[in-house]
Amino acid sequence: MSDEINKGLQSAFRRKLLMGMAAIPALTMLPRPSFAQAPATSAINTTGLAVTDTEVTVGILHSATGTMAISETGSIEAEKLAIEQINAAGGVLGRKIKFIQEDGASDWPTFAEKAKKLLVNDKVAAIMGCWTSASRKAVLPVVEQYNGMLYYPTFYEGLEQSKNVIYTGQEATQQILAGLNWIAKEKGAKSFFFVGSDYIWPRTSNKIARKHVENVLKGKVVGEEYYPLGNTQFNSVINKIKLTKPDVIFTDVVGGSNVAFYKQLKAAGIDLSKQALLTISVTEDEIDGIGGENIAGAYACMKYFESLDNPNNKAFVPAFQKMWGAKTVIGDVTQAAYLGPWLWKLTVEKAGSFDVDKIATASPGVEFKGAPEGYVRIHENHHLWSKTRVGRAKLDGQFELIYETADLVEPDPFPKGYQ
Amino acid sequence: MTDNRFVNRSELIGILLLAVFLVVILPLCLDVFRLNLVAKYLTYAFVALGLVICWGYGGILSLGQGVFFGLGGYCMAMFLKLEASSVENTKIQSTPGIPDFMDWNQITSLPLFWKPFHSLSFTIAAVILVPGIFALIIGAAMFKRRVGGTYFAIITQAVAAILTILIVGQQGYTGGINGMTDLRTLKGWDIRPDHAKIVLYFFEVGCLFVCIFIAQFIRHSKLGRILVAMRDKEDRVRFSGYSVANFKIFAFCVAAIFAAIGGAMFALNVGFMSPSFVGIVPSIEMVIYTAVGGRLSILGAVYGTLLVNFAKTSLSESFPELWLFGLGGLFIAVVLAFPNGLAGIWGDYVHPRIDRLINSSKPKSGDGWTDSSVADGAPAE
Repeated sequence: MSDEINKGLQSAFRRKLLMGMAAIPALTMLPRPSFAQAPATSAINTTGLAVTDTEVTVGILHSATGTMAISETGSIEAEKLAIEQINAAGGVLGRKIKFIQEDGASDWPTFAEKAKKLLVNDKVAAIMGCWTSASRKAVLPVVEQYNGMLYYPTFYEGLEQSKNVIYTGQEATQQILAGLNWIAKEKGAKSFFFVGSDYIWPRTSNKIARKHVENVLKGKVVGEEYYPLGNTQFNSVINKIKLTKPDVIFTDVVGGSNVAFYKQLKAAGIDLSKQALLTISVTEDEIDGIGGENIAGAYACMKYFESLDNPNNKAFVPAFQKMWGAKTVIGDVTQAAYLGPWLWKLTVEKAGSFDVDKIATASPGVEFKGAPEGYVRIHENHHLWSKTRVGRAKLDGQFELIYETADLVEPDPFPKGYQ
Repeated sequence: MTDNRFVNRSELIGILLLAVFLVVILPLCLDVFRLNLVAKYLTYAFVALGLVICWGYGGILSLGQGVFFGLGGYCMAMFLKLEASSVENTKIQSTPGIPDFMDWNQITSLPLFWKPFHSLSFTIAAVILVPGIFALIIGAAMFKRRVGGTYFAIITQAVAAILTILIVGQQGYTGGINGMTDLRTLKGWDIRPDHAKIVLYFFEVGCLFVCIFIAQFIRHSKLGRILVAMRDKEDRVRFSGYSVANFKIFAFCVAAIFAAIGGAMFALNVGFMSPSFVGIVPSIEMVIYTAVGGRLSILGAVYGTLLVNFAKTSLSESFPELWLFGLGGLFIAVVLAFPNGLAGIWGDYVHPRIDRLINSSKPKSGDGWTDSSVADGAPAE
């Protein structure tokens, strides 16, 4: 059904997009003039991928069902939008992108099974997919074994680097350090209280944050608590927060637990306009569930906010909402997911080939100037250079940009001194 | 059913048909990718088989078989993970030579309880004994106190929930919610390439048939009859001087060991183990496989597992956003229309007609899948 809607929207998009695209210098860099013949399939696809003279197939692999669907839907939508826009602008090496969507069903082994199906059966040229670290860890051996290319959108814990993955989200140091520096300087914060969900991402992020607080900022971590995924009882930790009176509450509670956490904070009389709270896990998507009135005043450390004021984002947000509804909000990961198909397209055109090995080698240095977050470039380690931004949650569920790093922050998935 | 052989003629035909289906037809018709999927489905068939003994015959409904599937799977995965975490494979870590997730959780040496899993023979023993002894303890604690029926089912669910929380919480030792991924070799033999998948598939089918024969044996032995008697009138069996609790413990342990073998097979075939197989939802799913196959039918359990999983895969491939509704519809339809599952369809509709075609003169003998003396019994719970 969504395909039909897409087709209807396509022509409306096209004119606007072509105008917008002309402004993207990345495209004007292409060596060949746009009316040139597309290169022969045999030359640009030597490994038997699903590439024909007119089409190239990619896979979209996210949870459309299950507990993660609420988070991953945004990524699916963003990837479909990017594919739509790329096709409207002429496709990749003269080929239209066709996608096969598979459902990971919020179940990690299913992710592995579907990734294998996409690579072995469908011979997709790339997979846009995964969300949680667990799903990525399940898929990683598969893409490495069958030599696929995965574009992974979520901010994550780092400690990983693969020839077969491009990480379009931030790794932990990129997301955390600049934010902690900012809040320490701005609020004179010395004491921090960590609250997280109990799995690898919050634990690794908090480990990095703790080292930074203790060694660099010379502050103190007065508490560190973890709760199982889906937990809804935060009263005991809130009591501890009230007792220890930290300068900053630093949270990486994920998913539905956030709703309970912020409501209970408010009910316990902790006023976020006075008590500084820095979260690395709440985007516009989560605020939709939490409710702006429960979280207004909190700071979030991300690389993208829907409210960013730049020409790319001014074109991206209306295009997204036109395709998926005016009320849809766009969070950090959704934007990162949008980068995936674009980076892949630019890399394929740089490499002049769909071959995974050539894409993997050509990836470092690929830059996307049309990114809604501004400008991104792929690092040698297959992560992105990107800015760190701090936003403050408003009543209407949007973030107001408070601070951004002057330069792009280098991705450092294996940070020395933080392990 | 008066003969004491553990398999009668029509059952033998059923088993042979299944063997031909699994050993000849599927490998010829499917590519390696799909065959590996079948291998994955069949790991659940071990669990379903155990449930036929424990639930179908013994009347003990366990909603926590995922626990034993998980224990078996984790034992195997620990061995494979250790082998994949050799010093040269893990150079990038701060402590090379230990599994990657331990390194992420700042564990700097291999925990004591991991050390024996360097040995394959210990691992194989652990796959059977750890879940077996665990089931023995739960079973003894429950059945000796005459806890049964719904209460027992609830307790097995609680055990499943506890074990999941334990695994997720102790991520330094277990890999947490990510599970143990990237399992590579078995004694230096790479389990990932296509030819290894085929070998593993046939090995698994072999093990499955061993389990099927054990189940057949139990069912036709005196023991099997006591189980059925106990299911239908527990007090009478007790008054006849049998120790009901011991028989229940036995059935529960057999089901647990079957599930554990399935779990170990899963780790080998899929190269992966995670807490998502241990919890309440997968445990209930495993009961559904048995229900769809027909809880009184040993072979039905295998077919039921295959059918449900095939449906799951193909529905989710065709309708990524709606497939769960289709699957739910399938369960409701099967349970409403065919309370004895696939085996019921076979026994009530298909088999009598075949019989009539072959020898219309002879009276109906024991049928293939459902043992009529058992199938006619009222459901226990």
